Amino acid sequence: MENKMETRKLSVYYKNFQALYSVDLPIQKNAVTALIGPSGCGKSTFLRALNRMNEVIEGTRVEGEVLLDGKNIYDPRVDPVALRKKVGMVFQKPNPFPMSIFDNVAYGPRIHGIKKKTDLEQIVHKSLAAAALWDEVKDRLYKSALGLSGGQQQRLVIARVLAVEPEVILMDEPASALDPISTAKLEDLIHQLKQNYTIVIVTHNMQQAARVSDYTGFFLNGELIEYNTTTAIFTAPREKRTEDYITGRFG
Amino acid sequence: MPAAKRLKEQLGFSALAVLTCLAIVPVLAIVGMLAWKGWPALTWEFLTQPPRKFLTQGGIFPAIVGTLGLTTGTILIALPLGIGTAIYLVEYAGKNIFTRVIRLAIINLAGVPSVVYGLFGLGLFVLTLKLGRSLAAGALTLGFLTLPIIISTAEEALLAVPDDYRHASLALGATKWQTIRRIVLPAALPSMITGAILGISRAAGETAPIMFTAAAIYIPSLPSSVRDQVMALPYHLYAVATEVPNVPDHMAFGAALVLLAIVSGMNLIAVAIRTRMRLKRMR
Ligand SMILES: Nc1ncnc2c1ncn2[C@@H]1O[C@H](COP(=O)(O)OP(=O)(O)OP(=O)(O)O)[C@@H](O)[C@H]1O
Ligand SMILES: [Mg+2]
Repeated sequence: MENKMETRKLSVYYKNFQALYSVDLPIQKNAVTALIGPSGCGKSTFLRALNRMNEVIEGTRVEGEVLLDGKNIYDPRVDPVALRKKVGMVFQKPNPFPMSIFDNVAYGPRIHGIKKKTDLEQIVHKSLAAAALWDEVKDRLYKSALGLSGGQQQRLVIARVLAVEPEVILMDEPASALDPISTAKLEDLIHQLKQNYTIVIVTHNMQQAARVSDYTGFFLNGELIEYNTTTAIFTAPREKRTEDYITGRFG
Repeated sequence: MPAAKRLKEQLGFSALAVLTCLAIVPVLAIVGMLAWKGWPALTWEFLTQPPRKFLTQGGIFPAIVGTLGLTTGTILIALPLGIGTAIYLVEYAGKNIFTRVIRLAIINLAGVPSVVYGLFGLGLFVLTLKLGRSLAAGALTLGFLTLPIIISTAEEALLAVPDDYRHASLALGATKWQTIRRIVLPAALPSMITGAILGISRAAGETAPIMFTAAAIYIPSLPSSVRDQVMALPYHLYAVATEVPNVPDHMAFGAALVLLAIVSGMNLIAVAIRTRMRLKRMR
C-alpha cells in the first residue's frame, strides 16, 4: 500500500493554544482512514490541516509538514486554491448553497472553468449518481437545495465535492445529523468511493468506524495516541487509553 | 391562565395597539392632507410642463427631472462605493485598530446633519474641484450623504451570510473573490439593495445638501449636461414655501405629493426587489 498523504510532526495552534501536538499519521491511498477520539481532541483541526482550510480561521499557525504525493502542501509555492481542488472536504454540518440542486453540484466545475451546458449536465448527473442521490432528485434538479432533507443535503454536498474530482475526500462526521437509513446509505457510498478516492472520515460512532474504515487513528488531547489497521485497533489495541475509549469507558 | 394574568396581558396588548395607532395617525394625517390639497394640482400639464411666471403657473417637470437625475447620480456614486467598501471591510480587512476606527468614523458620519454635507459639498465639489453648482456636485454630495447608510447596511448584509457558505466554496477550490462574487454577494444582495434604496430615497427628499451644490429655484429648461444646475423637488418646495410669493397652495401641495410618490415608489421597488430575490432563491 502507498501513502497518499502523510503528516510529519504536525502541530497546529489557535493563537497561543496548541490544539495538535506533533502528529505523524499516514493516509493510505484508496482506503478509508477513520479518526476517532473524544470531543475537542483535535480531529476537525487535523482534518482542516490536510487541505489548509485552517488558514481561513484567523490566528491559526501550523508547524511540521503535510505531504500529498510526497510533496509538502505547506510549501510557500503551493497554491491553497489548487490544493483544495485535489483535497475536497465535507463539513460536519451539511451546508448546501442557497441555490438549485443543479447549481450546487455544478458550482465546483464552473469555477474551474467548465462552461458547456452539456458537460455540466453530464458531471452533475454522474456526481449525483455516485452520491446515491440521483434517483431522489432527478425531477427537481432546478429546485432549491434547501428544500432537501438533512440526509439528502449531506449526500448533495458529497456530490458537490465529487463533481470537482478531488483525489482525497475529507469527511467531518458526515453522518452526525442522519437517521439510520441515510447513515447506511452513506456508509455504502463511502465503500464504493474508496475504489477511486482516498477518504479520511471523522466519526464519534465506533461501530461506524469499524464498519467503514480500513485504518484508524485515535486522538486524545491533541495527540495521536495510536494508529493501526481498524481491525487491530478494535480487536487488539496496544494502548490502554485506546481500549478504554473504544469500549466506552471514557470520552 | 388566572384571570389577573390574563387581564394584565390584555392591558399590555391594548397599550401596544394604542401606541401603534399613535405612531400611524400622524403619518396618515400628513399623507391625507397632501393628497387632499395636492390632488387638484395633479394635471398632465403640471407633471409635464416647465413652470411659468416665476413658479406661479405651469408645471414642475424640470424639478421632477432634476430630482430623478440627482437620484440616479446618487445611486451611481454611492452604490458601488458603498458596497465595495463594505466588501473590503467585512471580507478582506482584518479586525484591527485601523478597521475599527474606520467603522467608528462611518457610524459617526451617518449622524452628521445633512446641512453639513451641503457645506462640505460646496467646499469640495463646487469650489475646490470647480464643478460649480451642478447636477454632478449635487449627486456627489448626496452620494456621500448616503454612503454611511449604504456601507452599514451592506456590512450587515454581508455579516449575515453564514461562514458555512464561504468555507464550502473555498473548500471546493474557489478563490476568495470567486466566493464573494458567486456566493456571498448573491446571498447578501437583497438586503443590500433594500438598505441602499431606503438610504437613497431618504437622500432624494433632502433639501440642505443640494441647496448650495446643485439646485436653483427657477430653471424652466432641462439640464443638458451634468455640469448644469437643476431644479429639484425638495428645494422647489422649500422655495415656494419660503421665498417665492403668490404660489397657489395647490401647486405647492401638488409638488409635495409628487415628491412623496417618488420616494414611496423607490421604497416599494426596494421591497419588490427583496421579495423577488428571496422567492427566486427559495424555489
Ligand atoms: N477556531 C478556533 N479557535 C480557537 N480554538 C479552537 C478553534 N477551533 C477549535 N479550537 C480548539 O481546538 C481544540 C480541538 O478542536 P477540534 O474542533 O479540532 O476538536 P474535535 O476533535 O473536532 O471535536 P468535536 O468532536 O467536538 O468536533 C479544542 O480544544 C477547541 O476548543
Ligand atoms: Mg469536530
